[in-house]
Amino acid sequence: MNITLTAADWLLLLTHFLSLSLLAIGGAVSTLPDMHRMLVNDQRWLLDSQFNASVALAQAAPGPNVLFVALLGWNVGLNASGAIAGSPLAWAYGLVGMALAMLGVLLPSTTLTLMASRWAHHNRDLRAVRAFKQGMAPVVVGLLLATGAILALNPGNTPDHWPLWLLSGVCALLVWRTKLHLLWLLGAGALLGWWGLV
Amino acid sequence: MTNYSDMKDGDLALLGRSRPLSLSQLFWAFTWLSLQGFGGVLAVVQRELVDKRRWLSREEFVEEWAVAQVLPGANVVNLSLMLGDRYFGWRGGLTALAGLLCFPLLIVLVVAVVFAGVSDLPQVQGALRGMSAVAAGMIAAVGLKLLPSLKTNVLPALMQYGVIALTFVAIAVLRMRLIWVLLLLGGLGALWAYRLLARPRPAQTKPDPDSGSEPAKTGDTA
Repeated sequence: MNITLTAADWLLLLTHFLSLSLLAIGGAVSTLPDMHRMLVNDQRWLLDSQFNASVALAQAAPGPNVLFVALLGWNVGLNASGAIAGSPLAWAYGLVGMALAMLGVLLPSTTLTLMASRWAHHNRDLRAVRAFKQGMAPVVVGLLLATGAILALNPGNTPDHWPLWLLSGVCALLVWRTKLHLLWLLGAGALLGWWGLV
Repeated sequence: MTNYSDMKDGDLALLGRSRPLSLSQLFWAFTWLSLQGFGGVLAVVQRELVDKRRWLSREEFVEEWAVAQVLPGANVVNLSLMLGDRYFGWRGGLTALAGLLCFPLLIVLVVAVVFAGVSDLPQVQGALRGMSAVAAGMIAAVGLKLLPSLKTNVLPALMQYGVIALTFVAIAVLRMRLIWVLLLLGGLGALWAYRLLARPRPAQTKPDPDSGSEPAKTGDTA
């Protein structure tokens, strides 16, 4: 996929992630729907398949899930480079995209976390602090469930996608109810897909 | 509750507790923790920081995790910042964060580059489709796993499930913008909780993790 990004577009990429950073309550994953809307639907900087691949690869690799943002930025950069993958130009664009996306998503939230956690730690008995914590809790849970549903439906919502939905549902149950290592599940998902079973 | 971060090393040792001794120890502890975290970092964080290193007690962990969860950003990113900051100030926060991100970032990049070379194979596309479906299930499962933590919530259970359902519909079905959902439903919940918390609390048999320590003694060691 080839796209052209102007300086204003690069800035938009940064500011979009900056603005989403403070909304990422419940983790960066809770802003997935907004990122998808911006990168895939509105700006058409990423293909749907690239978006999904970024999320899946970051989940499969070790480290916090927020690294999927690095891959989103990396792929936007690759698409904008117009160069062959692996060429120095592609690397340079990819790294710029990655740096902008990660800087954007981390800077506001980490600054706020440092300030707010110091404040909240000193004032943890305050009624407002406790009310905020408790009032937000069910929304956080609902967000995670909704994000799971959106990701599960991303490949398509026609009935013939039922094997994928079944896999997502079974996986949710297994992670919820058992201590099975997550790598086994990812491996099983990869094999099922490799053989074309889902 | 005792605020362990104020204690001297000797007192901590008496309680079977410890603390990071240097920035480099902090960095490598979070690097190691992060490299083990495939998909589910929460379990690894608990095992490494509480059970093995004893930098946090179980109670502190629950309390800190709740704050880390409510603040924007990845939970484990917030927790690393908060813990590092508690012991070494902002330099500690950034060191822990760097440990958490540096090596996994390199790995995920290598994976992406390798993947790009074979991404056109239908089998690879299929494998990724399968992994995406698994990842979707994992994220939903985190939500399900958090349900028991709502038991101690001051909001009535019925209202909590209502808010969960409304959030789900607003995001997954109506595709509303996150900011409105947070402001409307989160704001409503917080205001409601604020009212309920004003009531005199019934006598409790177990200590509330949110109360107990005098604010005057909660200064940071930094």
